[in-house]
Amino acid sequence: MSDTLWTERQKSTWRTKVGLAEMLKGGVIMDVTTAEQAKIAAEAGAQAVMALERVPADIRAQGGVARMSDPEMIQKIQKSVSIPVMAKCRIGHFVEAQILEALGVDFIDESEVLTPADVNYHVDKHGFSVPFVCGCRDLGEALRRIGEGAAMIRTKGEAGTGDVVEAVRHLRSVTDEIRRLGSLKPEQLMGAAKDLGAPYDLVVEVARTGKLPVPNFSAGGVATPADAALMMQLGAEAVFVGSGIFKSDDPAPRARAIVDAVANYENPAKLAEISRGLGQPMSGIAVAGMAESEKLSVRGW
Amino acid sequence: MKTVGVISFQGDFEKHLERSCALGMRAVPVRDTETAAQVDAIIIPGGESTTIGMLLQRFGMLDLIGGRIREGLPVLATCAGTILLAEEIIGSDQPRIGGLHVAVRRNAYGRQIESFEAEVAVSNSDWAGWQDGSVLGVFIRAPIIDSVSDDVTVILEFEGKPVMVRQGALLAATFHPELTADTRVHEYFFHTVAGFPRAT
Repeated sequence: MSDTLWTERQKSTWRTKVGLAEMLKGGVIMDVTTAEQAKIAAEAGAQAVMALERVPADIRAQGGVARMSDPEMIQKIQKSVSIPVMAKCRIGHFVEAQILEALGVDFIDESEVLTPADVNYHVDKHGFSVPFVCGCRDLGEALRRIGEGAAMIRTKGEAGTGDVVEAVRHLRSVTDEIRRLGSLKPEQLMGAAKDLGAPYDLVVEVARTGKLPVPNFSAGGVATPADAALMMQLGAEAVFVGSGIFKSDDPAPRARAIVDAVANYENPAKLAEISRGLGQPMSGIAVAGMAESEKLSVRGW
Repeated sequence: MKTVGVISFQGDFEKHLERSCALGMRAVPVRDTETAAQVDAIIIPGGESTTIGMLLQRFGMLDLIGGRIREGLPVLATCAGTILLAEEIIGSDQPRIGGLHVAVRRNAYGRQIESFEAEVAVSNSDWAGWQDGSVLGVFIRAPIIDSVSDDVTVILEFEGKPVMVRQGALLAATFHPELTADTRVHEYFFHTVAGFPRAT
């Protein structure tokens, strides 16, 4: 805008939204359900927490409709830690998003872990001051969400399973497709955009730069320090851990070990040291035996 | 050739590595004590100051870097980096490197929805490069420098508060020069504060 007065504060610009995502690279974002868990996460070195009422493993086990958390619980968590606090809204539920923005959460996760509110449309994220993170299974889905205004992408994985196989599948899918775009000639990019179902301009940008226009994190199934380091070595820029910490035997040391593993993801000797004596990880569910209808990652488009 | 180390545990270290390379420096990520002991300058990036401080402590680098700073190691700190470099963090006893004689307040502008961009003013110009155009500051959950000692020079300020200060070989900003295309903060750090020769 030509009449912008830069001597005044320009709040919630695209650069400040993606900028916060940049600040969250190389760290771990942990799901927490209480202020006590948030403190354990922060003391372990979590760079942010995701406030939610039930971790994905419990949502899976208990069934029913999963919704945005109670604002009172989110505010208690906001008061208990100094690191950024994220919270989830249902896919397409823009009023839950408005409420989370009014609470001053630092990032909204429009998440497939909650029961979708709209099967046709996701939230128009450009209209919000608060930045959004969205899940994806492939490059087309990532670029559709970025087109809608997501300032951070996370590959979905399969939340609440403790099985990293889907997280690996989705991240490899995104990086393989990015590599393929880089090998195309300019005249092939419109066809690629059509096949991906993605905005043409973003396809052109990814083909030119070889990476997503916003940071790309990994989620869904990380249960051990080795899982976290695996996702980092595969190209994730940070890791979300949901059920993996507070559904394990001894959350505090495991939380710390996963933080240390992400900080040292290329150092096998340190990873060996970090992985020792952590007790049992969450028992988990193998994704290979799951019916398609039980998968959370197929929600959204 | 001088080597710049960027503390690369958490935060936007990648942007600092890219910027340093683009300006002709040899830049390496710092994740262990061996590298930290060897580099000719250190950059502490933005991110979460508690997380970065904790990891520096766990991996035995707080005292090492603190000691090298007392011996004159040049340091550029941005946002969370400035918190880690501050002698006083108001209301917090979190692990820190220290050495910069300022008092900072964390998240002093508010939560993420209060993050902003704005032009910042040149306060004390000991470098002609600042006059080439205005400096755009990107402030993300930024701290405020509440007070500075006599040995600290305020270089850039916003709304009457220091947003970039220098104390000898230490340069600290509360905003993110690595997120804009303007390379002057890094150039000033490398060539004036640290005194490294320009690449020819």
